[in-house]
Amino acid sequence: MTTADLPIDRDPYHIGHHGAGGHHDLSTGHGEGGPASKRIIVGYGFWIFLLSDFVMFSGFFASYAVLKDQTAGGPGPRQLFDLTDTALETAALLLSSFACGIMSLEMDRKRLWPTEIWMLITGLLGLVFVFLEVKEFAHLVLMGDGPQRSAFLTAFFTLVGCHGLHVTIGGVWLATMMAQIYFKGFRQDIQMRVLCFSLFWHALDIIWVAIFTLVYLIGVHG
Amino acid sequence: MGTMASPPRRVTNRRMAVARLLGLVSLIVIAACRRDSVFTPVGPLADNERVILLDAVAIMLAIVIPTIVATVVVAWWFRASNARAKRHPDFVYSGRVELVVWSIPTLTVLFLGGLTWISAHDLDPSVPLKSKSPPLDVQVVAMDWKWLFIYPDQGVATINQLVAPVGVPLRLHLTSATVMNTLFAPEVGSQLYTMNGMVGTMWWKVDRPGVFSGRSNMISGDGFSRMGFEIDAVSPAQFAAWTMAAHGSPLALDDAGYRRLLRQSEDVKPYAYGSVAPGLFDAVALQKLPPGAGPEEPDTLNPNVRPVRKH
Amino acid sequence: MNLLGKLTWDAIPYTQPIPMAAGALVIVVIVGIVVLIVAKGWLPYVWNEWITSVDHKRIGVMYCLLALVMLCRGFIDALMMRSQQSLAFHSAGYLPPEHYNQIFSAHGTIMIFFVAMPFMIGLINFAVPLQLGVRDVAFPTLNSVALWLTASGVLLVNLSLVVGEFSRVGWLPYPPLSELKYSPGVGVDYYCWALEISGVGTLLGGINIVTTILKMRAPGLSYTRMPMFCWTALASNLLIIAAFPILTATLAMLLLDRYLDFHFFSNEFGGNQMMFMNLIWAWGHPEVYILILPAFGVFSEVVSTFSGKPLFGYRSMIVATMAICIISFLVWLHHFFTMGAGGDVNGVFGIASMIIAVPTGVKIFNWLFTMYGGTVRFTVPMMWSIAFMVLFTIGGLTGVLLAVPPADFILHNSLFLVAHFHNVIIPGVLFAAFAGYTYWFPKAFGFTLDENWGKAAFWFWVVGFILAFAPLYIVGLEGMPRRMQTYDIPQWSPWLALAMLGALSILCGIGCMIAQLVVSIRTRDQRRDEFGDPWDGRSLEWVTPSPPPEFNFAVMPDVTGEEPYWGMKVRAREHQRVMRPVPEYEDLHMPRNSPTGFVCAFFAVMMGFSLIWHIWWLLIVGFIGAYATVVVFAWRDIHERVIPKEEVARIDLENRAARNLALQEGRI
Repeated sequence: MTTADLPIDRDPYHIGHHGAGGHHDLSTGHGEGGPASKRIIVGYGFWIFLLSDFVMFSGFFASYAVLKDQTAGGPGPRQLFDLTDTALETAALLLSSFACGIMSLEMDRKRLWPTEIWMLITGLLGLVFVFLEVKEFAHLVLMGDGPQRSAFLTAFFTLVGCHGLHVTIGGVWLATMMAQIYFKGFRQDIQMRVLCFSLFWHALDIIWVAIFTLVYLIGVHG
Repeated sequence: MGTMASPPRRVTNRRMAVARLLGLVSLIVIAACRRDSVFTPVGPLADNERVILLDAVAIMLAIVIPTIVATVVVAWWFRASNARAKRHPDFVYSGRVELVVWSIPTLTVLFLGGLTWISAHDLDPSVPLKSKSPPLDVQVVAMDWKWLFIYPDQGVATINQLVAPVGVPLRLHLTSATVMNTLFAPEVGSQLYTMNGMVGTMWWKVDRPGVFSGRSNMISGDGFSRMGFEIDAVSPAQFAAWTMAAHGSPLALDDAGYRRLLRQSEDVKPYAYGSVAPGLFDAVALQKLPPGAGPEEPDTLNPNVRPVRKH
Repeated sequence: MNLLGKLTWDAIPYTQPIPMAAGALVIVVIVGIVVLIVAKGWLPYVWNEWITSVDHKRIGVMYCLLALVMLCRGFIDALMMRSQQSLAFHSAGYLPPEHYNQIFSAHGTIMIFFVAMPFMIGLINFAVPLQLGVRDVAFPTLNSVALWLTASGVLLVNLSLVVGEFSRVGWLPYPPLSELKYSPGVGVDYYCWALEISGVGTLLGGINIVTTILKMRAPGLSYTRMPMFCWTALASNLLIIAAFPILTATLAMLLLDRYLDFHFFSNEFGGNQMMFMNLIWAWGHPEVYILILPAFGVFSEVVSTFSGKPLFGYRSMIVATMAICIISFLVWLHHFFTMGAGGDVNGVFGIASMIIAVPTGVKIFNWLFTMYGGTVRFTVPMMWSIAFMVLFTIGGLTGVLLAVPPADFILHNSLFLVAHFHNVIIPGVLFAAFAGYTYWFPKAFGFTLDENWGKAAFWFWVVGFILAFAPLYIVGLEGMPRRMQTYDIPQWSPWLALAMLGALSILCGIGCMIAQLVVSIRTRDQRRDEFGDPWDGRSLEWVTPSPPPEFNFAVMPDVTGEEPYWGMKVRAREHQRVMRPVPEYEDLHMPRNSPTGFVCAFFAVMMGFSLIWHIWWLLIVGFIGAYATVVVFAWRDIHERVIPKEEVARIDLENRAARNLALQEGRI
């Protein structure tokens, strides 16, 4: 081989490192300080998951946008949506997120019962949300305006139902975490999981705000 | 490769052999594209589309062939065993080379992009074809698995047969009674999806008398391979005569007739309807008539029980 | 209520000899392997070291193995299609449409989702953490779950061979044909659930790889020092994260249509079938680049290594990779120019599609200049790479051609299109998979693959590929649509016979690859990679012994320049010994193995199967089982096991000794 006489720490790509060294940024995770801490890695990975979930929701949002006028002679948003109930749902969900925030603060202080109680409040408010949504859906289906009625209702039930399913799954997750904290205490990995849960719960708020605006508000007043 | 130089005569022989081989290959290709292909256009669309296709290939070959040759030559010349090759193990960056490697494909794409933009507009299927004779309207319904052609002005309809007067632009209105299909005839050119509940417009024109084949290019179920149709390009006078004859057919395409036609069948021999209920096509397109029902025995409990095949 | 839902004995196609024979063969092979493992007492080894392994290298190897097995399955489908079409002139051939349509649907689905994807993901899993100089991936157990969910999809697709049927509507289930009304069987359900389950696996794997690359790199390994394969892996997995949720949503809509009579894509009640095409291709076009970008990375590594030079135009390559990554989301409409969107829309998307050819062309030129001035060694991986550069250029040409709308109007859905995408996927993705397989095999197993059988396989593949697909270009120009079960145009017939010959040549190629593996294993003692650097490599994976220990690196490399391993090697060569100072070894903590992935996948198959056959109680059982599995995993107290520093020291010192010996003998 003929390359033995090359300088070792050269900069063959002319990128500007110019020779040896290269540890400019020693903070972890920025590529030059070595692998990041577990906490950062877990949080980062979960953020990426949330982004992918947003992409999935955007698929359902897109289908709603395409199909919202396809009522097939059936009722449209104006005839179907009741903003009072939806406002209640919104309030329940946002308050639930507020409770979730307090829960995180209590968890940082490692106080068992306050954490558990705020988790319970978070979950109960979530349950109120799901209950109101199921009530709305049941009402529509009983009136004969179920998802089979028209493409508009298909898209509506799927978009809103997908969010409701997320809230339900979040509730199951929350219950599991309550049990884990009770039995295992504030272990670091468990705290990271609760942190991920609260990210998830807040992300569902963002989705709901979009649904509330694009589906309900614009649907009734737009 | 042997170490001894080959005698000159053998080199000549080899060259001759290569030349013969190339000639043979081109003969085969030309022979193969003799008929029923996009290289034997019978109308202005296929003709223009063929020109665009060849132009684009020519433009790209100008860059692709040198690239391929250079790849093989460089790889071979710089083989480890070649003592004559000059090595540059440090040659990993060159601003000039970078400029060239970015600009060659960019320029090619700029050139092709212009071609694309213009031709995408000129040859769009919905652009009316100019002609001295007024266009002939034909309504096309893709069915499971046959083609229904309705001549609204003549009041006749055909199955699996498009009778086209030579030199007259055809204004085709396309819809589907069931699933998606595309209407395509390689020698005529242009292709468009047919979809239930929607109407697409495509212009066709055949300039040469003859019989040409057309089919669907989009999988539409088990009978897909057997839903070809024929294009009978005839003189306007013959077309008028054919219309008269078609009127004589005792078959009537009314509501009930259409519903019978909706049942799945394949490899249907062409025939004509002597009369067509007015507004039938619109009723199909606006979904006032139901879409095809799919397999007749949708026995979901026994997925292996298939509808009986009819040939 | 029927306890077995729609499932009856009639679901087993005992009247059809081909699926029965194939199914029997599969069952015999699986039972045979299981019996062999149990009888030989290998079960604990297989369970502990492989099935429950969370080691990224093992997971990568299993992905590749899955891909190789499914390549054989998908190729048998291809052989059946080629033989049917070569017999089908004025004849029904030997495969009726309802069977033939299942075969081409299964062929496409399997080759894309269960061959090309797992092969690329497997290579990424194996090599990227090693190239990054780290001991593990970000989420090792999640990685195992991702692998086994992919395997669940594979199992469901193969189950459809003997229980029920597979989809008959093509590799993408365009409605309304895929709606319950026109496809009443379980085929489309098998397709959708298999892809929903494996799609979740792909997404989880993508999150893992992106987090690993962005947050876990050896000290000093900044972005502009990452090997090109890491860059392409990053781009590809970013695409997975952005695109796969769209597939999940789209197939969910189709399933809602089929199961609950929703109207997303139905003919009636305002459903919109064009929406399906837009959504599926918003995923489908990026999917193409999910496959090809890591392939470009493999070629970059191989061409650079076997030319004895750093990659030419590294910066350009990064820019090109990321440009492709972004533009790939802006071109989906070129898959349906013939929908009648008009000149403006078609023109814009046609030009956008061509723009992708610019960064791709830059890559080809940069590989060319990498070879220029180098010392090119014609090893098997390098031969695959050169064949790729030649053949892929032609595939690129026909691709740009199809991006010209008027050309597409006569070539859409023809065999010309089929030839085009095989022309990019086979020389692009599959040749990269083979190159990567040969290149990293010694790293994974500690011995090289046989060169002669490898070269024989190469030639059979290349000749077979040309023979099989050049005729398809021609019949495509002659107007032959894809997916024809029978035809009556005489001039197509000889070309299809020639294509059959090409398929047979590829069959020989696959035979040679199997022979290569068998011969190499039998003669492994003569072909050991003793010190871990068989190809005179340049990136960090070649620092490790072959096969690398579970912890990859005894000491995490400290990167101070481009091509860190090459720098070390140059210095070591000067002094004829390893120059890294012997470190203070420490106890290492590695994640414990976990059966979570395997058990989750078991329940995922159960849920998929019960959904396909409407066995609702089993669905509930499967769901509870999957939830319980996750909870059991979350409840565990000890996550890591300790590798004592003596063990670390022993492995590292052994490798140092081997390298020192090789350096003195001039073998490095």
